[in-house]
Amino acid sequence: MKIGTPKEIFSGEARVAMTPDSAKQLQKLGYECAIEKGAGVAAGFADADYEAAGVEIIKTPASLWKGVDIVAKVRQPDETELKRLTKGKTLISFFNPGANEDGMEAAKAKGANVIAMEMVPRISRAQKMDALSSMANIAGYRAVIEAGNNYGRFFTGQITAAGKVPPAKVLVVGAGVAGLAAIGTSTSLGAITYAFDVRPEVAEQVESMGAEFVYLDFEEEGTDGASTGGYASVQSEEFRNAQLAKFREIAPDIDIVITTALIPNREAPELWTKDMVEAMKPGSVIVDLAAEKGGNCKLTVADEKIVTENGVTIIGYTDFPSRMAAQSSSLYATNIRHMMTDLTPEKDGQINHDMEDDVIRGATVTFEGEITFPPPPPKVAAIAAQPKAEVKELTPEEKKAEEAAAFKAQTKQQVTLLAIGAALIMGVGLIPNMPASFMQHFIVFVLSVFIGFQVIWNVAHSLHTPLMAVTNAISSIIILGALIQIGSGGFLVILLAALSVFMAGINIFGGFLVTRRMLAMFQKS
Amino acid sequence: MENTFTMAAYVVAGVLFILSLGGLSGQESAKRAVWYGIVGMAIAVFATLVGPGSGLWLLSLMLIGAGGTIGYFVAQRVQMTEMPQLVAAMHSLVGLAAVFVGFNAEMTINLVEAAKAAGDAVDGTFAKLVYKKEPIEIGILKIELALGIWIGAVTFTGSVIAYGKLAGKVTSAAKKLPGGHILNAAAAGLSLLCLIWYLNSGAMLPLLILTAAALFIGYHLIMGIGGADMPVVVSMLNSYSGWAAAAIGFSLGNDLLIVVGALVGSSGAILSYIMCKAMNRSFVSVILGGFGDAKGPAMEVEGEQVAIDADGVATALEEADSVVIIPGYGMAVAQAQQNVAELTRRLRAKGKEVRFAIHPVAGRLPGHMNVLLAEAKVPYDIVLEMDEINDDFPETDVAIVIGSNDIVNPAAQEDPNSPIAGMPVLECWKAKQVFVSKRGQGTGYSGIENPLFYKENTRMFYGDAKASLDTLLTLIS
Repeated sequence: MKIGTPKEIFSGEARVAMTPDSAKQLQKLGYECAIEKGAGVAAGFADADYEAAGVEIIKTPASLWKGVDIVAKVRQPDETELKRLTKGKTLISFFNPGANEDGMEAAKAKGANVIAMEMVPRISRAQKMDALSSMANIAGYRAVIEAGNNYGRFFTGQITAAGKVPPAKVLVVGAGVAGLAAIGTSTSLGAITYAFDVRPEVAEQVESMGAEFVYLDFEEEGTDGASTGGYASVQSEEFRNAQLAKFREIAPDIDIVITTALIPNREAPELWTKDMVEAMKPGSVIVDLAAEKGGNCKLTVADEKIVTENGVTIIGYTDFPSRMAAQSSSLYATNIRHMMTDLTPEKDGQINHDMEDDVIRGATVTFEGEITFPPPPPKVAAIAAQPKAEVKELTPEEKKAEEAAAFKAQTKQQVTLLAIGAALIMGVGLIPNMPASFMQHFIVFVLSVFIGFQVIWNVAHSLHTPLMAVTNAISSIIILGALIQIGSGGFLVILLAALSVFMAGINIFGGFLVTRRMLAMFQKS
Repeated sequence: MENTFTMAAYVVAGVLFILSLGGLSGQESAKRAVWYGIVGMAIAVFATLVGPGSGLWLLSLMLIGAGGTIGYFVAQRVQMTEMPQLVAAMHSLVGLAAVFVGFNAEMTINLVEAAKAAGDAVDGTFAKLVYKKEPIEIGILKIELALGIWIGAVTFTGSVIAYGKLAGKVTSAAKKLPGGHILNAAAAGLSLLCLIWYLNSGAMLPLLILTAAALFIGYHLIMGIGGADMPVVVSMLNSYSGWAAAAIGFSLGNDLLIVVGALVGSSGAILSYIMCKAMNRSFVSVILGGFGDAKGPAMEVEGEQVAIDADGVATALEEADSVVIIPGYGMAVAQAQQNVAELTRRLRAKGKEVRFAIHPVAGRLPGHMNVLLAEAKVPYDIVLEMDEINDDFPETDVAIVIGSNDIVNPAAQEDPNSPIAGMPVLECWKAKQVFVSKRGQGTGYSGIENPLFYKENTRMFYGDAKASLDTLLTLIS
């Protein structure tokens, strides 16, 4: 089958869904690759590079869409592109199925299979094709760079001959993939970074990236990120108020705010209100990564940079990944390539669209003339934070009762064992004609076993190997038997006894010496 | 009794042996305890030589000297990683000696009976002892010596096979002849029949057949047990060698043999019990080989194994405050204990808390890891048992798993269908980060997939443990 990538027609989109590298990998899966002329230029991949990687260059979009079986692209397809779908074609792209009824209807009518990259479920196995994460990572990084570009000061604090420079204070709201990337970039530039998220379980991740987690003075059943597939969910009114109060309190100190709070399939929540913007110092910068969904700050204008009356710059670009097209294209192309790997288990260049597979099923929005969105919940639970099993605190009475019961059970067990043991031993004594000499030895034997058990229980676990070596050495006490016999009887007896003495001799010396060697090695620090 | 001195000396020796085992409760007292054992053995041998063993005493001394020289060289030369083989090999010697002594007893009985019938006097201490015995006592004597020979023979072949498996000379996979345990049962039945035959006839042939059957059982039983169950096998053989000595003690009427045999026997039995408990399996299931049947399909493992290079591990270690190292058999195989110790020293020099977590069945011998670490001069007070350290993992920054697999398998707790469900394991996945040093992506001995390797906080540090640590050490000064 043939995979083709058209040039993105969305204005300003510089990314491309196939790179020369990914094309090589796709060919290894057995696919032929094709690309529209000039599709990679904006991302820094020349047609010649593609040709060198064995990719066919097709002049017009129409012939590309017609000539391939699988279309991989970046942006949600527009009407013209949707019209070019035919039955049996597979489209892999961002599709925004939650707000794209018409697009799905169109694809369904055409009978095409559409895989929406944003619908890849968030499970460990699917991380390699999670394009939202890979793009969010870039957006987070770029957000800090854009902020730095518009912020007239250093990020890092310095003490120079020309005076002291305080470090910038950065607040990252929303510690998803983009938020964490922003935190990482910001801390490595030297800024004091704070971060907030409604999911308290990410505090640890935030702190591991070197930022300080902003805790709220608020008691509520923490929402469990795991139950919503690792995404944030809508918060209660009280929680929201506590959160806004906290932001209001710290707003005057913050130089750069990066908001990344998005809830799937909803308008972005307002987190940074007008009065907070007004409380900020002139020259401060706000980067609103949620601008596309209305913005976490209501002053944000999508795709634009504005400066408020009090001198705060608000950046509302929505094309951060596209601004780093070379990087984002190679990551996105890799995501696509991994998706193709999962779709081609046989590596024979034929798509096996397995609707039983959680990842493929989840990402597929139309399949063989049916709309398959929304997908059923994945069979495998998403990441992190299992609800903690409650450990019941025992009251002192319960504890006492438990101990008493345990003691009772132990006593019972011991008494039973003793009774059985005693009965057995006495039983031996009752056997008719049992000679007294045997009974003497028998008593010695039973008592020795008893002593052995008492003594060995106290041996430290770490000394089990020396214990084996030493018991091994002393079990060569069998030498006594051989020594006693060596003087009596015929030649064969002497020979066997001599052999036994010899072997036991090896054992005695070997066993004790090796034990000593081992024990000498144990040292205290 | 003519040998009252010998009897008294035996009491002294017995007490010393008990003290010698009891002293192993701590590392410091153990150093003293081994001397008790040595002195006890010297007294016992001396008392026997001057008393009942005085015939041919020069030959005896020479043989002890020759054996001792070999033992000395073996003990000096042996690598600590080869400890399991050595212990197994030594058990086989005890087993074989027990068989020989048992046969000697049988031959002496026959000689004495012949002499009795002819009205002649007999020579030698043991023969004189037998001479005085009633027929019923002779009967019991025969049972005892047959038992001694039987256990000794099982110990002998079992230990030889265990040695072969541990030394890598015999495949460590569980192998059974067609027929499996029915063959063992048949051999055991045959032994019993031969015992009855022997008691009735007093002939040599049934005793030989019995020995052959026991040799077969030892061979076949241990062949059917896989490499990771070796700790149980070795301690079981240790126990058997003790019981064999005790049985021979009964037949020779020697109390010291009985005492020591019983001590060793119970020691081995307890060790086996501890090992079985650590694997959450019954003794019988280990000995009969194989894992229990899974109750359902095993949990599917999600995710993929993420590899990491030495740089990544070094960085994580630089940043960590507390580190726990979990060594396993892989460390012994790769002879990596010196490198592990060096890493520990360097990290401790930087003020980091480094500790070791030892699972009871790590390695191929009870306490195997402790000895290896001690050899590499890791202080024993940072080497902790599973129960001591398991609660500390959530506060640990980095856990390093070196060559262990099943003992860190979370499936034992998470997947009720796993064949190792319920086995106590080291909960290293609760640490903030886990590095697994491992040769490749294969499963462990039990063939069970290990979900630990797929956890999000786990990184796989592929390669031979020693080579990996060498690279790592160049990055950590």
